[in-house]
This record gives sequence, C-alpha cells and structure tokens, in this order.
Amino acid sequence: MHHKSLTNEQVRTLIAKGKLKDTLFQALGIIFLAIGLVVIFLLVSDMIMRGSERLNLEFFTNFASRRASQAGILSAWVGSLLVMTVTAFAAVPLGVAAGVYLEEYAKRNWVTEVIEINITNLAAVPSIVYGLLSLGIFVYAFGFGQSILTAGLTLALLILPIVIVSTREAIRAIPAMIREGSMAVGATRWQTCRYHIIPYAMPGILTGVIIGLARAIGETAPIITIGALTFIAFLPPLPFTEISPGVNAGLFDWLMSPFTVMPIQIFNWTSRPDPAFEVNAAAAGFVLMAMVLTMNGIAIWLRYKMRKNIKW
Amino acid sequence: MTAPNASDLPTVSDRLAKNAMRHASERIIEMLLFAAAAVSVLTTVGIIYVLVSESIHFFQHVSIVDFLTDTQWTPLFDDAHFGIMVLVSGTVVSSAVALAVAIPMGTVIAIYLSEFANGKVREIAKPVLELLGGIPTIVFGYFALLMVTPLLQKVFPELPGFSLLSAGLVMGIMIVPYIASLSEDAMRAVPMSLREGSYAMGATKLYTAIHVVVPAAFSGLAASYILAISRAVGETMILAVAAGMQPNLTWNPAEPAATITSYIVQVALGDLPHGSIGYQTIFAAGLTLILITLCFNILGQWLRRKFRENY
Repeated sequence: MHHKSLTNEQVRTLIAKGKLKDTLFQALGIIFLAIGLVVIFLLVSDMIMRGSERLNLEFFTNFASRRASQAGILSAWVGSLLVMTVTAFAAVPLGVAAGVYLEEYAKRNWVTEVIEINITNLAAVPSIVYGLLSLGIFVYAFGFGQSILTAGLTLALLILPIVIVSTREAIRAIPAMIREGSMAVGATRWQTCRYHIIPYAMPGILTGVIIGLARAIGETAPIITIGALTFIAFLPPLPFTEISPGVNAGLFDWLMSPFTVMPIQIFNWTSRPDPAFEVNAAAAGFVLMAMVLTMNGIAIWLRYKMRKNIKW
Repeated sequence: MTAPNASDLPTVSDRLAKNAMRHASERIIEMLLFAAAAVSVLTTVGIIYVLVSESIHFFQHVSIVDFLTDTQWTPLFDDAHFGIMVLVSGTVVSSAVALAVAIPMGTVIAIYLSEFANGKVREIAKPVLELLGGIPTIVFGYFALLMVTPLLQKVFPELPGFSLLSAGLVMGIMIVPYIASLSEDAMRAVPMSLREGSYAMGATKLYTAIHVVVPAAFSGLAASYILAISRAVGETMILAVAAGMQPNLTWNPAEPAATITSYIVQVALGDLPHGSIGYQTIFAAGLTLILITLCFNILGQWLRRKFRENY
C-alpha cells in the first residue's frame, strides 16, 4: 500500500468496503448455485406438468405409434434395459480387471505410463467419436450390425475410464497392511486380490459402476451414430419363445436384435413438428430423468455411507 | 501318489508341482488382467485407425485445400461442396456462448465453495452440482428447445425457433459442474499457510481468493477450462435438438447452424450406404473434431506444466 498515513476513519471505510465486497461475492456465489438448482427444478416440474397426462401404465406398455396419444415407450425402456445389461457385463469385468492390474500388478515402466495417459485422454474424447469407432469396428468390421450387442459394447468402452478410475481410487484407499497380512500367511498376489482387495474395494467400485451406467443410459449421440432405428414396434425375441412357426429363439438371439433406447425415443419425439409429440417427449424425459437421478442418488448415498463406515 | 510309502502328508515333489501350478495360474491371471488394461489402448488405436482410414478414402475425392477453404457444406447435393469451416463456425460459436456462461459461473461457484462456504453448504451444493452434471444431454436439448428458446423469444422476438444461442446457453449450464468441481479441488489443495499469510497482511477473503489462491491453483483451473472446452466442442444432442441442423457459415449466435457433431447425427439418422462419400464425410468430420480437442488438450498440458506450483 502506498498510502502515507490513514486516519482511523479512512481505515474503517476501507475495512467496510472490503467486507461489503466479500458479502457481495458470497451472494453472487449463492445465486449461481441457486441457478443450478432452479434449472433442475424447472426441468423436472416442466416435464411433470407437460407430460402428466401421458404418465400412466399404458405409456409403459404401448409401442411407439404415429398417433401421439397412443404412443408409448415399451420398446424404448426394454431396449435401454437390455443395452445396459450388455454394457454392465462388458464394462465391469474389464474395468475392474484393468484397475486391479494398474494398482496391484503394474510395474513402473513406460507401458504402464502409456496405459495411464491413455485412460486420462479417453475420458476427454467426445462421446460421438465412440459412435464412429463402433460404426467402423463393431457394425461393419465385426459384422454385429445395428444390434443391442453393438450398442452395449459401445457404451461399455465409453464408461470404461469411469469404472477403471473408481476401481483404482477404491483400491488405493486400502492400507498396505491388508496386503502384507494376506501375503504373510502364504496367499499369492491373485489370492490377495480375490479374497481381500476386490471385496474391500467393492463399495467404491459399485459407486463408479452406477455413475458410469447412469451416464450410459442417457447417452444418445453414439447410439444414433451406429445407426440405431428410431421407430421400433416390436421387442427383441425372448429366449426359447417361438419367433416364427416352428422356430424358437436361441438364448442369445436378443443380442443381435434391432432396438431403440429411451434417449433416442425422446429425440425422435422432440424433432417432430407436431406439438402433440412434445407431451410424449416430456413424459419420456421425466422417466429417463427419474432413472438417472435415482442411479446418481444411490451412488451419492453409497459414497456418503462408505465414508462413514470405514474403519480399518 | 507314486511314492511307495504313501502317507497323508504330500511329498516334496507334489508340493513343488503344486507350487509350479500356482505359479502358472498366477502368470495367466496377470496376463488376463494386463489384457483388460490394454483394452483402453486398443480403443484409442481403434479410434485413430477408423477415423484416419475412412478419412484417407474421403481425401482421395476431396482435396484438403477445398476441405479447409470452401465456404459451402453440401456433401449430399449433386453439386457437392465440402467446406468444413461451415461446420466449424457452428461449433466455435456455440462453444463460445457455452464457455461465456460456464467459465464465470463455474469459477465463482468454485471460489465460493472453497473459500467462503461452510461445511454444511458444501455438503448440499456438491450433490446438487453432481446431479446437474448427470442430467442426460437429450433432456438438456429438450430444455433448450421447449423452454429456453421460448423464454429468449419473449426478450428478442426476432430470434428463430432454432438458434446457437439457446443451445449454447444450456450447454454452458451443463458444463458448470465440471468446472466448479475440478476448480474447487484445485483451490482446496492450496496450502492454508498461503491464505494465513495473506490474512495476516490484512487482506480480505475475496482479495486473498483472487490474488493468492487463484494464482496458486491456476494450473488446476486451466485444466478444468480445457476439459470444459472439450465438452463444449464435443457436445452433440443439445445442438442437434435446439440449434437446427442446417449448415450455415455464421458467427452470429442468434442464427441456426449445424455443428460438426450435429452433422454426424444428421447423417447417421439417414440411411447412407457403407463406403459412399456421404458415409466417409462423417469420419472426416469426426477426425476434425478429434484434432480440435487434441489441440486443446496439448495446450492444457503445456499450461499445466508452465503454471504448476509446488508447495
């Protein structure tokens, strides 16, 4: 400060000014936070109000239709559920195995470093690029077509970094004495992982998996990019049921079936010029929001509970 | 058991054999785990391979100079033009609008949460931000088209039904949680002694936050901004729903325009034969998108290295 000398009065006003600025800034912070809260509130309430007339049981049991009042989300929610199943079955073993490898096995060398940098960079790749990847690889090179299997694998690759990072964080929180104790009684490295590290890291891993799946269930762009259809009025074949006279579906036939998912159904309805479909979009959007918020809520609660329960 | 005087105790050779088995299965498991970790590298290799190989076919038909300088993007017309700048302009304008919202909001929230808020506020605010960040982008698209656009039209009656402005604003709200949470982490990592030094000199909280904490955490802030840019550039559904999908070379946010991402969606919605020039354009567009994000990531790495502070 270059002031030569200040009277008490001047010092007081200086302090008052500083405190005023502090208060104003705090108010700004609270306002900005409130905007976030208001957006969530507006979104949910608008969808409920607009979509309430459509939110009944028939909405869940009807197929998409050209007439807005009769259209439902049956093929969409079944599709989302099946795609999520494939995603979970692919991403959880791969992600956990990769996380365990990086934390418990990997030596500090350039190979490990390449894998680690790569995982960080993959998390920043736009999701639509995963759609292009799987259009080139899964749809055409592997010949999986525009199927549930392709969509599930695409989303699995997309959420793999989330699962790997949460697995690593959960494992890193386990103290070294657990490993030393296990190895001291003669367990191998894998036995230590299998019976100690993975079970103890499970709540953390689960949190990451749920957050990953919540992200995947709302993803639209990559699934549109692989060429998923927007109008589907049938369900994938149930295993061992008759699909055509004398022919029964195999156990895994549904994997290769065409499908649609919730976000694509919403996109389809919002992009129609007829405003009657906006009601459907609102109702379906509310259902999707409810799914995602529930999953995120469970994850937040799990983490909160974990933080309280840990005692090594 | 081949030993003549067999007892219940395993012989030494048996025990060694079991050890060898154990060793072998341990090796196999380690290899499997390594393979799982390598999948992420294969994903990157796959992305680069698919984008580059399809783009090479594309650039056999279209010269790179035309691609970069043509002012029209009409790949599916008879008179086909392939000027990527048309799509890039949409991406740049919408991202600029989004960042103009997200960077100030996210930074102020981060400073507030890390320097001013007490534990209780933080415990409520963090989950709210996380929920906001978890909302599917298609729902944000719906929000932009059916709520934000009509609201903006009340203020600016001449705003069209599709615009980069409303899509960009909603994109900004979507990105706020990423900036807020990453920046807050960076600022909370600044040691308390720096703040105490500043307070001891008579600085206010705000002065300390802006002149001490923010500069000390700058590398973390820069990283969060870079991530935000990547998000904005790669965002697809909000733009596909609310910004229209007409290619339009414009720098005016109040106009509708297609972006790189919404063009890919538009093509994928149609039924283009595998191997056609239209099919290859989406890979060329994807390659452009990846190169733009890559540039920003390299810039981010450089900023982080340049401004990293060690305490």
